[in-house]
Amino acid sequence: MLSKKQARAFFLGGTLVTFLVFIGLTVYSLSKSQDQSNHENITESVVRGKNIWEENNCMGCHTILGEGAYYAPELTKVIDRLDQKYDGQGREVIKSILMSEVPWQPNGRKMVAYSMTEKEAEDMIAFFEWIGEIDLNGFDRIVSPLAKDKINN
Amino acid sequence: MKYKSQKVAYWFFALSMLLLVLQIVYGFVMGFARIGFDNLHDFVPFNTARAVHTNLLVVWLLSGFMGAAYYIIPEEAQRELVNVKLAYVQLISLAVVGVVAIVGYHFNYWEGRKFLEIPRPLDYLVVANVLLFLGLILTTLFKGKRKTTTALVLSMGLLFAALLYLPGMLPFDSQVTDSFFRWWVVHLWVEGVWELIMGGILSFLLIKLTGVDREVIEKWLYVIVGLTFLSGVLGTGHHYYYIGVNKIWLIVGGIFSALEPLAFLAMALFAVNMYRKGEKKHPNKLALYWTLGAAIVSFVGAGLLGFAHTLPQTNLYTHGTLVTAMHGHLAFWGAYGMIVLAIISYALPNLTGRKLYQSTRGRAAYWLSNIGMIGMTVAFGVAGVAQVYLERKFGMDFMQVQGEISVHFVVLILCASIFTTGIILYVIDFYKHGKPNDEALEIDN
Repeated sequence: MLSKKQARAFFLGGTLVTFLVFIGLTVYSLSKSQDQSNHENITESVVRGKNIWEENNCMGCHTILGEGAYYAPELTKVIDRLDQKYDGQGREVIKSILMSEVPWQPNGRKMVAYSMTEKEAEDMIAFFEWIGEIDLNGFDRIVSPLAKDKINN
Repeated sequence: MKYKSQKVAYWFFALSMLLLVLQIVYGFVMGFARIGFDNLHDFVPFNTARAVHTNLLVVWLLSGFMGAAYYIIPEEAQRELVNVKLAYVQLISLAVVGVVAIVGYHFNYWEGRKFLEIPRPLDYLVVANVLLFLGLILTTLFKGKRKTTTALVLSMGLLFAALLYLPGMLPFDSQVTDSFFRWWVVHLWVEGVWELIMGGILSFLLIKLTGVDREVIEKWLYVIVGLTFLSGVLGTGHHYYYIGVNKIWLIVGGIFSALEPLAFLAMALFAVNMYRKGEKKHPNKLALYWTLGAAIVSFVGAGLLGFAHTLPQTNLYTHGTLVTAMHGHLAFWGAYGMIVLAIISYALPNLTGRKLYQSTRGRAAYWLSNIGMIGMTVAFGVAGVAQVYLERKFGMDFMQVQGEISVHFVVLILCASIFTTGIILYVIDFYKHGKPNDEALEIDN
């Protein structure tokens, strides 16, 4: 029967090994050669966009890279999506939403009116442009192989 | 209660109760917003309510863990806390930092990173607070007459939890790396070191309630926390499938996440078996309910429901949908909410000297809160699955889908009302126990 000493060795040994493997994989997957995010395309404007994104807790309603609060739309490929919906005017639509003085409320669900300046809105768009290019291992708004044709509608 | 200084635990538990009630209030704000009643939008927009809801969860659980440590460590180490005054300072500073953060969220003072919204300057205060807490607990432990495995595992969990807060404070320009290290905190907390804390509390309660030999219980405690880390550390990979990092995580995360339910299964089997083996029939049945309940519900909520969407092939569909909220609610409730309520149910009669073990109110609190939470989980689950089908398969617009699934949030609110009734009864029971007093020192636990 397992003794307490063996049980402790299992705990300490297992923890040490898995943690070392975890650190190794972290270093590997964040190394330059494995980059899937086009890291070199992160301009100052993208960084400013990310800061605005965080300062206003946009993730508290929206999702990005699938992470957030599921109350408002996924924004990973928001420019493409709105381009399709508004005949290539995606960027203009985003700007007008962000610069609006009154809450934007599609289908009655309100978004906080952020009254951003044009420059701030442009930084947000730069951020979305960079996010939209990341290789997400196949994650998309529509993922069923049966529905691939609907992506272009 | 054996040591006077254990009384400080009471106040941490009281803070916990207060924050839990507030957390529920903000949950309702969000639930109503989802069915179209967002009348509070100008004062409490959804993102504020959401940040407050999740952060209050973290703080009430931490306050509960700290209270548990202040109660358990003196008893395990067989000595008084090294400094009671500093423990009160720590309590007050925890409450102050918590309140400033929560109020700040209403005025756009936050960091906007899911679960770690506390702004950077306040982060340093959190660190100082936790260091003070750890200092008190660890010196008590090392100056004590004995160092039990239960106490060591509990303290190790608290120490690692503090260390793992740090990666969340690193600044990154890339959303991808930012998210990557955010999960070091969030995942390695809830699916790693917090389970040590849970395991430590569970083991203490089982020793007290079942009378099974400490050596037996503590041996299995090592096995369980061993399984937790073996699966949980590399299981972090399930957060890395689709956020823009290497595909290797699909394999590593997939395999090790599939093992994660094992740790919870072991915990449930362990608790139930110890209960069966135990010859001591402790009169505090309520504490026993909560203890066994925590072990079982955490297996269902964290283990099974986690597994339900953790395989990469499934997660491709469910990533970023309400399915996550389904798992999140029952997992946090079972694993951490219930274990905190278990230690409170056990400690309260000992701290106050009032043995309200048999109250109908206490039993009703247990059943109503659990039934309500299971109902909420089902409501989130149905909404989530419907969302996956409509959005990810049929390509319907996000807001259209939200309209279709809003009926499930009516169900959610109804179930949440049952849950809340249970919690209110629990809080009334807490209040009825009165304050801790020194006369309770003479009562046998």
